[in-house]
Amino acid sequence: MIADHLPALQVVIPLLAAPLCVLLRWPGPAWALATAASWATFGVAVLLLIAVLEQGVLSYHLGGWEPPWGIEYRIDLANAFVLLIVAAISAVVLPFARRSVAVEIPEDKAYLFYCMYLLCLTGLLGIAATGDAFNVFVFLEISSLSSYVLISLGKDRRALTAAFQYLIMGTIGATFYLIGVGLLYAMTGTLNMVDLAQRIPAVADTRTVQAAFAFLVIGIGVKAAAFPLHLWLPNAYCYAPSVVTAFLAATATKVSIYVALRILFTVFGPAFSFETLEIDIVTVPFALIAMLLASTVAIFQTNVKRLLAYSSVAQIGYMVLGISLGTVTGVTAGIVHLFNHAMIKGGLFLALGCVFLTLGSVQLRDMAGLARRMPWTMAAFVIGGLSLIGVPLTTGFISKWVLIQATLEKGLWYFAVLILASSLLAVVYVWRVVEAAYFRPVPESAAEVSEAPLALLVPTWLLILANVYFGVDTSLTLGVARRAAETLLGAAA
Amino acid sequence: MSPETAVWLAPAIPLAGAPLIALAGRSPNLREAVTLITAALLFLVVLQLVPEVMAGGRPAVTVLEMLPGLTLAFEVEPLGMVFAVVASFLWIVTSIYSIGYMRGHHEKDQTRFYVCFALALSSAVGVAFAGNMLTLFIFYEALTLTTYPLVTHSGTKEAVAAGRTYLGILLATSIGLQLLAIVWTWTLTGTLDFTTGGILQGRASPTVAAVLYALFLFGIGKAALMPLHRWLPAAMVAPVPVSALLHAVAVVKAGVFTVLKVSIYLFGIDFLAEVGASQWLMYVAAATILIGSLVALKQDNLKRRLAYSTVSQLSYIVLGATLANSLGAIGGGMHIAMHAFGKITLFFCAGAIDVALHKKQVSEMRGIGRAMPVTMTAFLIGSLSIIGLPPFGGLWSKWYLGLGTLEAGEYALLAVLMISSLLNVAYLLPIPIRAFFSTAEQGNETPGLKEAPLPCVLALSVTALGCLFLFFFPEPVFRVLSLMVPS
Repeated sequence: MIADHLPALQVVIPLLAAPLCVLLRWPGPAWALATAASWATFGVAVLLLIAVLEQGVLSYHLGGWEPPWGIEYRIDLANAFVLLIVAAISAVVLPFARRSVAVEIPEDKAYLFYCMYLLCLTGLLGIAATGDAFNVFVFLEISSLSSYVLISLGKDRRALTAAFQYLIMGTIGATFYLIGVGLLYAMTGTLNMVDLAQRIPAVADTRTVQAAFAFLVIGIGVKAAAFPLHLWLPNAYCYAPSVVTAFLAATATKVSIYVALRILFTVFGPAFSFETLEIDIVTVPFALIAMLLASTVAIFQTNVKRLLAYSSVAQIGYMVLGISLGTVTGVTAGIVHLFNHAMIKGGLFLALGCVFLTLGSVQLRDMAGLARRMPWTMAAFVIGGLSLIGVPLTTGFISKWVLIQATLEKGLWYFAVLILASSLLAVVYVWRVVEAAYFRPVPESAAEVSEAPLALLVPTWLLILANVYFGVDTSLTLGVARRAAETLLGAAA
Repeated sequence: MSPETAVWLAPAIPLAGAPLIALAGRSPNLREAVTLITAALLFLVVLQLVPEVMAGGRPAVTVLEMLPGLTLAFEVEPLGMVFAVVASFLWIVTSIYSIGYMRGHHEKDQTRFYVCFALALSSAVGVAFAGNMLTLFIFYEALTLTTYPLVTHSGTKEAVAAGRTYLGILLATSIGLQLLAIVWTWTLTGTLDFTTGGILQGRASPTVAAVLYALFLFGIGKAALMPLHRWLPAAMVAPVPVSALLHAVAVVKAGVFTVLKVSIYLFGIDFLAEVGASQWLMYVAAATILIGSLVALKQDNLKRRLAYSTVSQLSYIVLGATLANSLGAIGGGMHIAMHAFGKITLFFCAGAIDVALHKKQVSEMRGIGRAMPVTMTAFLIGSLSIIGLPPFGGLWSKWYLGLGTLEAGEYALLAVLMISSLLNVAYLLPIPIRAFFSTAEQGNETPGLKEAPLPCVLALSVTALGCLFLFFFPEPVFRVLSLMVPS
């Protein structure tokens, strides 16, 4: 039955659509195919989440080979939720992509763009779907290699160096991850995550396993842009084509955070990660520094894309902090922020995409007085910005609430103070953009621009309104996140 | 209409009115008609609730569950009733006034002005009817954000700088301190519902209670407790109707209202008195009362003088809350209504003088009583009510606050209230006296009778009469407020 193959379809649909894009050649049909594939993927993700909510964990054996020998796709609430985030963002971003690609990418390369985009989507979905540690590496490379290409397609020539920088860092990260998996394989003889979880306790005291842990965490930390391994991110986000920035910012780092969750909680188990090795001693200070330092750096940016990129580094700090608390509420906060931040940054980068595609620049000085000329775009930016700050009735508020609650439950009130301080820094950098767009006079030399076309506004507003909707009705996001956190923490107990 | 329907309709009416006002933007007459109709509807709906609440009822609705155990919910209790009646009634008056002022002043972007005004009122009513602290916080933040475009209305550099101060202080305190206090309360008690007698008793140690209370009081930046009062004088760059209704009534009263709510329904005044959490904050409030009045003395710009006067008067209400006895709480609650009528009258007059004679500084206002007799009489009435002299409403709230200090045995604070009244005399009364009895300087004479446009004069007369009315009929206010404290 087709329904039984949902976990495989999740990855196979975009994988097969990618070469078809190359065959189609023309930008229009390639775009249509990519969009259709992406929407189908989204449908599959929704069905998967429903299936998991109804039936519990789904285990799919690729090619009919039993785990732990064959590759297992294992879908529980945590990755069903991540799959939904990635697929949903892609489904919204692709309609936006058509115009972004038309402007930012040479026409004869457009079909290659869609091919790469679908491969990247495949990789990200694959990472989330698989239950096999080595298979994660394979998909990690698929998504990384394609994202290097996507970033280098940016119009600015600095996109090439940004992509190269990311390639170096990303390859180091992936290699570290692979070394970690290799060490684990040497000690346990298995690559299946569930199987690993059962076999590791017997050899947990060995240096090899501990080294493997370190390699895995650092490797994935690079991909997640966790401070201080984030150096590739600002340039990559800044110079990539608008639509690529929106897509990667909303999905790539989130998927890496998910892998970190899997490694810490499913493979090694909270007892090993937090009690034996006390990973939080390292991650918590870095998360706090990320929140404060990256937010401060964001304040001083004049390129709004770069400003948001630094803000992303800070927001990843929130997720890392939540996860590092190691409690159900903390992990819930981390997971729910995966979703919420995807909505926030996706929406904000799309709004910036509207600005870039009409104005040709996202420099703060060029955006002076823009609100009068592009009222809808800037209104979207303001709402997204409020969500980033964490104003009530937006998703950002929900994330912050749960995270603060998690810190207070552990009696760490000074963490709560730092989280709030970081939100206030967000007020400053968001308001710099607002003041420029709403109060500064239009520069004399400014080109005549008017509101972005509906094809761009609709996807942007879709994500922005999602921020408001999921800021009011949290039964889906918070409900799933909490149950996912319970599964992750309970699995090992 | 059942009371429950009225409860959710009240914040919904101005919210629904806002897009209608925007749609009617092309035709100013239609736009202002929509504003007035919305305001009138809101007032009628709020009025519907009065008998129910007077009879001891607490109509409530739960809109939805936002977080597990945390709902977006409304519940009307006596204090919120008083606040909502005052705010919604004065919105009608202010809307009439705005018509005269905004047109007389040739302000631009008037549609945005009316839209934001409606949104701000929706937020204020949401604050008044909030059934739990989360709901209150949501509307509290909404009020900050919806009033920001009003503060920066003129778009000048000065306005943007003032907007920064405004948003900076209000968001920094509410996110940095208040939100922390709220989540902390939630982790301690597992509820944020406003409950008679409080929810923290027995759940927080005296030290924790003291820290929490301080976080709340300084976190509620809208109460303008010193040293977090700077946003209020800054907000005076806004058009006069904004200063009058929002920064003398809706926004600042939302602040002190929240202080009272937190004191009465989260901590409970008995618990506050028992652990002494509010003791030192009482003195902060007293200091704000005195310093605010002293600074007001020195201001030459009339609106700034009134703003500092507001800073000082708001702390009367904070003082009422921190006294931690029922007389203080009732006095604080009454002062919300009394001060609202007095101060809005004064702001209306300030705006009227600006529109008619283009004068903003107190020093320029000698002898203007002959040109604007109605306005300056209203100013005199407003001043007397703020000072707390009969036959005006301001007397009653000061009376109960005074009784509250005596019950708490804080004689020094009674003295503070008296001294502050004298200071009020010193910074308010010279203005009408000089307007009527001294002659203008050479070359600065005013030509004959020159009042502001009729809607302005009408509005300020109504609020001045309101001050008089409240002297003779304060009893309903007292009766409804005495329902909020456990007897």
